Amino acid sequence: MYNGGKIFIGLIIFVGLLILPFYLSMGKAIAKPDPKVDTPVIKQMAVKQCVESKDFMKTAHMQMLNDWRDSVVREGNRLYTAADGKSYDMSLQNTCMKCHSNKKQFCDECHNFVAVKPYCWDCHLMPKEGA
Amino acid sequence: MGLGLSLTAVIALILLVFAGVKGANLHLLFGAVIPYAAFIIFTIGVIYRVVKWGRSPVPFRIPTTGGQENSFPWIKQNKFDNPSTTSGVIVRMLLEVFAFRSLFRLTKSELKDGKLVHGSDKWLWLAGLAFHWCFLIILIRHLRFFTQNVPFVIQLFEALDAFFQVGVPLLYLTDIFLVGAVTYLFLRRVVFPQVKYISLAADYFPLLLILSIAVTGILMRYFIRVDIVGVKQLTMGLVTFSPVASESIGVIFYIHVFLVSVLFAYFPFSKLMHMGGVLLSPTRNLANNNRMVRHINPWDYPVHVHTYEEYENDFREKMKKAGIPVEKE
Ligand code: HEC
Ligand code: HEC
Ligand code: HEC
Repeated sequence: MYNGGKIFIGLIIFVGLLILPFYLSMGKAIAKPDPKVDTPVIKQMAVKQCVESKDFMKTAHMQMLNDWRDSVVREGNRLYTAADGKSYDMSLQNTCMKCHSNKKQFCDECHNFVAVKPYCWDCHLMPKEGA
Repeated sequence: MGLGLSLTAVIALILLVFAGVKGANLHLLFGAVIPYAAFIIFTIGVIYRVVKWGRSPVPFRIPTTGGQENSFPWIKQNKFDNPSTTSGVIVRMLLEVFAFRSLFRLTKSELKDGKLVHGSDKWLWLAGLAFHWCFLIILIRHLRFFTQNVPFVIQLFEALDAFFQVGVPLLYLTDIFLVGAVTYLFLRRVVFPQVKYISLAADYFPLLLILSIAVTGILMRYFIRVDIVGVKQLTMGLVTFSPVASESIGVIFYIHVFLVSVLFAYFPFSKLMHMGGVLLSPTRNLANNNRMVRHINPWDYPVHVHTYEEYENDFREKMKKAGIPVEKE
């Protein structure tokens, strides 16, 4: 090969970059996130369910929070009527976090796994853990 | 023709996933088997193409005269556009790879009021550069799905990309710029007659493919949400060689992944190989030291030379008879 040395080094770097993710995860078991829904408030519920269906919450809770925020802050409308007809006060701290008062074992469990850090807690108060 | 073909191909690919995942439940095929196959084709294909290029001899340094070459001491050399040293070449390559310097020099000629005018044309450079940088950042960002404890650098890229914290999920700047740039790169092939004339299916297809990848990704992030935890379980399964087929993830995810797989598999066979090619361009990566260094033809092999002495030995008698002077009697 002409200039074989340089081309070879280039190819080694190329393959190295491609293999890197495999190498970094080698031999590691993937920890499946396990959000806990066993807070005192939830334990007292007769029917354990979220604002909307579990599937919807799982995939779209961040969009819901965004809609809630817009609705409260921009339109002054604080009442949310869920698909099943129940009404909720649209509030991050007073609604979500009242039931899910275990932020560390619930929200963070998933968020750490997918590496998102919602910046909401810059301003909004986290629930006091251990409560 | 080329445009219709490419469009049909991309639509057919999308419909294929729809049928495969929705109709036939082939989650493992589209979620693991095809991505693995595409990855292998990509890796081996790129190495094969580069090695093949490496084996073809580079005959002579081609001095592209983007600037004054090294000459007399009182003539100022353009050290980066026409370098004569390795360090100059390194700067030229860095400018080429990271700033598309050759494209920056693009000019346009037009007839204006019956006169031919030449001017600079930076739009292609701008869109090309924006597109490539966005693509790189998006690629790096996606590594958060392929690493368990996501390295700080990757999170940094993500944080900077979502810098303006618009909406939730946070809006990525690269999403906007990439779609804008690719749209320009595509429209320019459709709108400008000169460019349209030289555009083939091989030009439209990668653009439409990349555009559909971007659009499916954007739909998935901002509009049709999917189960991201499930997605990460699938991708981590891929990198630890224990793929899990998740049926809870929406079909839009499988379309996205399949189009990416197609892009990877198509890569080594297409003009996209300019990723490796730019580094191997003889007009860019060879110093113009033609007059300073003796370059020997790399494919030189011993040629049987028939010297004049041997010639005379062969024909001496005949030459004498014909009265031609000979050196040795
Ligand atoms: C009335 C109490 C209550 C409120 C208020 C509530 N949740 Fe829930 N949430 C639950 C329960 C109970 C579950 C478990 C549902 C199940 O398992 O079907 C749950 C499940 C979830 C899940 C899915 C977890 C998983 O395992 O996949 C998410 C995400 C979630 N909630 C987010 C939120 C957010 C965000 C809010 C505020 C908009 C909120 N919840 C408000 C009680 C509540
Ligand atoms: C810059 C500080 C700040 C940040 C960051 C922030 N918020 Fe808020 N948020 C506010 C303020 C101020 C209000 C108004 C409170 C009110 O009127 O009751 C509010 C109200 C809300 C409300 C409705 C009222 C309530 O009691 O919750 C929601 C929902 C909400 N924010 C969600 C979010 C989410 C989700 C995030 C993260 C993506 C976020 N916020 C980040 C400051 C912030
Ligand atoms: C079932 C796992 C899960 C649980 C439980 C969960 N989240 Fe999330 N959350 C996610 C995923 C996945 C994302 C989106 C990641 C992405 O888009 O890459 C996300 C994103 C968000 C975002 C948007 C962040 C951003 O920067 O885009 C907010 C805000 C958020 N979650 C709030 C909450 C809150 C508050 C809770 C607890 C009440 C919670 N989530 C519980 C999985 C979860």
